[in-house]
Amino acid sequence: MAILLSRRSNLLAVVVLLLCQLFLYATVSSSGSVLKQGGGEEFSEELLLKPFPDRKVLAHFHFQSRAPHSSSHGRHHHLFPKAIAQLVKKFRVKEMELSFTQGRWRYEQWGGFDPLSSNNAKPPGVELWAVFDVPQSLVDVYWRNLTHTLSGLFCASINFLESSTTYSAPELTFKPSFGNLRYGTLPREAVCTENLTPWLKLLPCRDKAGLSALMDRPSIYRGFYHSQRLRLTSSESGSDEVDSGIGLDQTLTVVLQPSSWRTGKTYSVETNIQPSWSISSIFGRNIPGKCVIAKSSNVYLQLDNGLVGELKNLERENAKYVANTFESEGFQSNHAFKISVTPDKVFEEVDNLHGKSTSVIYGFSVEKYSDSQPFDLGLTWKIPVVWSCQQAPLHASRFLMGSGNERGAIAISLEPTESSEGLPTSHIIDGRCELRVDIFQVVPWYIKVYFHTLQVFVDKQPRAMADVVDKIRVSPSKDKVSPGVMEMILKLPCGSKSAAFSLEFDKGFLHIDEYPPDANQGFDIPSALISFPSFNARMNFSEDEFLNNSPILSKFQETSPVLSYTEVLLIPLTTPDFSMPYNVITITCTVFALYFGSLLNVLRRRVDEEERILRSRAGHKAGWISQLLSRLSAKLRGRPQEQPTSSLPHSFISFRLVLKILLVASIAVTWQYYFG
Amino acid sequence: MAETEVSKKRKRPIVRLAVLLLSHSVLVSVICCTAGVFGLLLLPVLAKNTYISENALMPGSASSMLSNQEVSEANKLIKELNNLHSNPLGATTESHGIIAKYMSNLGAQVNNHKFHPQLNQFHPLHFFSGPDSGVMQENSTRSLYGINTVGIIRAPRGDGKEAIVLVTPYNAVKGGVRETLSLGIAYSVFSLLTRVTWLAKDIIWLVADSQYGEYAPVAAWLRDYHTPAFSNLDSLNTETCHVGNNNFESKISYGIRRSGTMAAALVLGVAYGNENEDTLGIYAEASNGQMPNLDLINIVHYLAVHRQGLRVKVEQFHWLLNSKWVKSLGEVFESLGKMVKTLNPDWKLGISAADYVEGAATLASSLYHQALGVPTGPHGAFRDYQVDAITLEFSLRISFDRLDRRNDFLLHGGRLIEGVIRSVNNLLEKFHQSFFLYLLTSPSKFVSVGVYMIAFALLVAPLPVVAASLYAKTLDLNPTSEKDKSATSNELGSVLQSWKWLNSVKTVFVVHFWGATVSLLPYFISQIPDSDPTTNFSVWILLSILSLEILRWILVSPSSHIYGLPQGEWAILKSATISSFFIGLGLMSVINFATAEIGALLMVPMALMAHPLKLDVRGQSLRSILRMICNLVLGVISFPPATFFVFKGVIEGFSGIKAGDFWNWVESLWAWNSATYLYIGMVHLPCWVLCVQILLHPC
Repeated sequence: MAILLSRRSNLLAVVVLLLCQLFLYATVSSSGSVLKQGGGEEFSEELLLKPFPDRKVLAHFHFQSRAPHSSSHGRHHHLFPKAIAQLVKKFRVKEMELSFTQGRWRYEQWGGFDPLSSNNAKPPGVELWAVFDVPQSLVDVYWRNLTHTLSGLFCASINFLESSTTYSAPELTFKPSFGNLRYGTLPREAVCTENLTPWLKLLPCRDKAGLSALMDRPSIYRGFYHSQRLRLTSSESGSDEVDSGIGLDQTLTVVLQPSSWRTGKTYSVETNIQPSWSISSIFGRNIPGKCVIAKSSNVYLQLDNGLVGELKNLERENAKYVANTFESEGFQSNHAFKISVTPDKVFEEVDNLHGKSTSVIYGFSVEKYSDSQPFDLGLTWKIPVVWSCQQAPLHASRFLMGSGNERGAIAISLEPTESSEGLPTSHIIDGRCELRVDIFQVVPWYIKVYFHTLQVFVDKQPRAMADVVDKIRVSPSKDKVSPGVMEMILKLPCGSKSAAFSLEFDKGFLHIDEYPPDANQGFDIPSALISFPSFNARMNFSEDEFLNNSPILSKFQETSPVLSYTEVLLIPLTTPDFSMPYNVITITCTVFALYFGSLLNVLRRRVDEEERILRSRAGHKAGWISQLLSRLSAKLRGRPQEQPTSSLPHSFISFRLVLKILLVASIAVTWQYYFG
Repeated sequence: MAETEVSKKRKRPIVRLAVLLLSHSVLVSVICCTAGVFGLLLLPVLAKNTYISENALMPGSASSMLSNQEVSEANKLIKELNNLHSNPLGATTESHGIIAKYMSNLGAQVNNHKFHPQLNQFHPLHFFSGPDSGVMQENSTRSLYGINTVGIIRAPRGDGKEAIVLVTPYNAVKGGVRETLSLGIAYSVFSLLTRVTWLAKDIIWLVADSQYGEYAPVAAWLRDYHTPAFSNLDSLNTETCHVGNNNFESKISYGIRRSGTMAAALVLGVAYGNENEDTLGIYAEASNGQMPNLDLINIVHYLAVHRQGLRVKVEQFHWLLNSKWVKSLGEVFESLGKMVKTLNPDWKLGISAADYVEGAATLASSLYHQALGVPTGPHGAFRDYQVDAITLEFSLRISFDRLDRRNDFLLHGGRLIEGVIRSVNNLLEKFHQSFFLYLLTSPSKFVSVGVYMIAFALLVAPLPVVAASLYAKTLDLNPTSEKDKSATSNELGSVLQSWKWLNSVKTVFVVHFWGATVSLLPYFISQIPDSDPTTNFSVWILLSILSLEILRWILVSPSSHIYGLPQGEWAILKSATISSFFIGLGLMSVINFATAEIGALLMVPMALMAHPLKLDVRGQSLRSILRMICNLVLGVISFPPATFFVFKGVIEGFSGIKAGDFWNWVESLWAWNSATYLYIGMVHLPCWVLCVQILLHPC
């Protein structure tokens, strides 16, 4: 985790200030009645639990803090984290979302159509996008500063998003924006408790009271999916709406495995029965009452429409069973499952045009519970139920094609899911039924994508691009400057069985110091974002005052497009042998040594003098070894061998020299033999 | 001045060294060749112990989690599958259904993969082409198809970028207890892995339908995994089939499911062992002598030997184990090693004679299988996609019928696979730390490229020296004759003198061109319907000879002999031959080192010794007679078919040899796209023909 130290000290100061403030506040307002005086600041906490068809349970925490615009109340806040308020003010953030995710959202098993998955299923690693309220020329500067601040605030390497090679500015598909939106992801960022702790510090009760007390680190990190999200919205002070000011939504979505699964020898048919669970069995803790300064504190249990439909079918089959239907208020037990606590409210989704079954949400208020009587919700299944979650209209998967270190292709394939068959296809344009799909994909610059190679196949037939692609915006990558961005708006004919897109690319070379520390793992291509704007992930509930006050349920009622992320891809690039620089240095040094050695030799040599010295030595008599050696050397030198009497250079190998060498060699051998 | 003259004459040392080498080319080639062969024989002695190079692997550091519970589950599957074999009717589809049901009960994602077995056909232009060009033959029979079953476990907290592949070949029609046991091992590991929390990479279990061979289904699945055809008009993998009546897994899709980049692959097999111990065979050679990273073999060896108590073996040439001369060579090396040890106890060169024999047999087999360029198992298909893969073959000493013995076997096998998967799972980067270029001399000993290159380099080194010295000698012959003539008289002649190598080079080129033609001929011969290998072989030889004669007649015009120098021509021809052979060997050593090594061993002595027989007959000295005999023997041995038959005769005995065997062997080479085939056709055979031409040179 790279943390900017300079920022960190600032932030520490901020955090300390914040803490002091909180402490002061807590001492002043020990009762809930003071809350209303909190300068219009609000905090509410909620938890949604939902069983999944594959024996897992979703827990979705939602904490919402709201503060009116700071100009009306000076620089002080009672509940709202000051660090965030300052960040919004300083960087003119209009909207921002930061998510830390570990694991994958399994669209096939956990669904992809409801608002919960559309909003909370995020790509692995870090995803950050922000909309700034500044002129376009300044957006990049503000983004850079924001990444550094967030990096310090959340102990993560978000500061790597500063480089222009990592972020992009989507215009068509991501969100309606006017050039002041920036989007960046870090697929390889590891998520750990050190990211969770600063996130929890933004909550007024931290994890000491209220729903967040459930966050036992080992149990929430043992899950199959873990996504912690922070979403900021701020609006101008000019408007007098209720929402004006800053809104901070913090959500934590975890998918957990109830521990009772397969403890015994339950391999065979009995495994179809869903595991029974309770809050204490999942988290290992109970809810010790609400966070006292929270406006509301609720727990919901959602049964999605697939499950409810299946239960209704079962009910119909076993009509002779008890007459109580599960829609009836106040029921807590039917023939299929039993809820341990009586729900305070039951919300049923109003028929959402599908003519199918609708989901049911049980609401529980935590306010009446306390330390002595903690809240523990349990769900016990009595009969095996098999159902499936509603999936996005098309299942998107992305994969790599080809082999080798030179080139390859990225392919995105879209296939209709089972649930999409029953979806209303009311998007008839010019007499043709069409399904709109938006694709947003960012590719790092070292994957050199050739956008002209885009091939489109619908129902296994190659199609011309103009037939299918309604709009396309491509910004090719620039080496070491910006990533390649592709945004496409597709119009697929309804009822098509499959659609596939492929893009070819060349693998680029990086400079040796641009490789990350674990270069041999390969390089990541961030997830592509597939959205279906013609479908709305929205739940309708009958009008109720309670709904508007509940952050989760009001979020469910917002209109948002169905989104899904594809897989992260891993591309092995050619990596150099990283010991190569060492080898190069060694060879260069050798070459230099040889060069300077020979140069010195040439400069130093005085031919006349050498000859004279040799001539003076010629008088000495040479032994037979030296004669042999001189013969060999003469051969090497390419000269005829001169007679010893002719006073020419042979005698430099004198007998004495040979004797010396032999002496030294024998000493070495004996030394080696006896002491080696 | 006298001194300036001397300094003018004085040449630079490197040139003097070259001249020295050239003048003693015979001595140099004898020394180098002997040293090269000696170096090759010395390799088992020089082999180092393997070690796990990548620290992240940490094999065996975690205790095994596989328990009897998983084994009993696996036994259920085995029992159910074995019951199916008692009534073979409809066993094919049902067995797929059963396997798919078991997989999805574990919570894995299951899909079926339908494929057409590809007939092995010779595509002359598809050598070295990547697997993505795998064109489906339109004329292949559509009715033949196999069904692979693939199960994928998604790592709980992983991001799905990488996957580990487990392959079990399974023949639903004829599969015996043997194959169901390997399924049992894989199933026990698979069921464990669905529950573990440490998984970081996805696990893909491929049950390959091996009714058309074990390689074809794996290759087909890999091809569809990596290079799917989007515009495939025949809907091979679109329909869904209904399996069983359990509505939880009523539909198993035929669309291929994917995970991320493959990190490693393990192919499991079970063999009937007839040995005294439970053994584990490792097969690693992929196409064209490519090997998986040594670390993969190391962790398997480490876990099998030190954790599960299995004996690990790699392939050996068993006939070498009993050969006398290898044993005596081993004894010589043993005594040499002992002598070295008395000089310095730290020098650990010596190995025992028995070890030497074992090492030599393994090394020879390793060298042969790499040189052949044919993968030794289904793992070869993975290497085409740069995935490290090996085949593990378990063999038991007692029959599989005893249940307690079988459980024990499943437990050990499963724990081994679990350990290997856990190690690979630990890996953050792809395999890159350890060696890719190596020869094994035992499961725990290897010779790396830095060592075995020396033997080859020594063997090849005399080639350029001899070529240069021959050329220099023919140049030396001329100045004397030219000095006699007046310099002005024959300018055309002197120009021709300096260009006289052109004629020989032309001959060499023509023969190489002929070599290329000969390697293309089998494509046309194989089109002949209903022909047996023997006739094919004889047709091939006849056509080759015919084409050689035609080429000579067309291209080597007799007019070129007018200005040629009769006394020097064979020397220049030899020089050109040797140079071209040297280039060919050098290229081949980059593509497939083992082929180049064996080729050099066979052909280099012949190329160096080639001398016109007529001159030797005329010479009548002992030396020339010896040379003549050597030339004749080498000339017979290094002819590729002759080499093949001699080799086969040594291994299997000379009684059962048929002429068609060579054709079958060559057919297998091109079916597997082996570069060895190209080497034989375009380097080895032309060089042999040229050498024979030198031997028969009329001078």
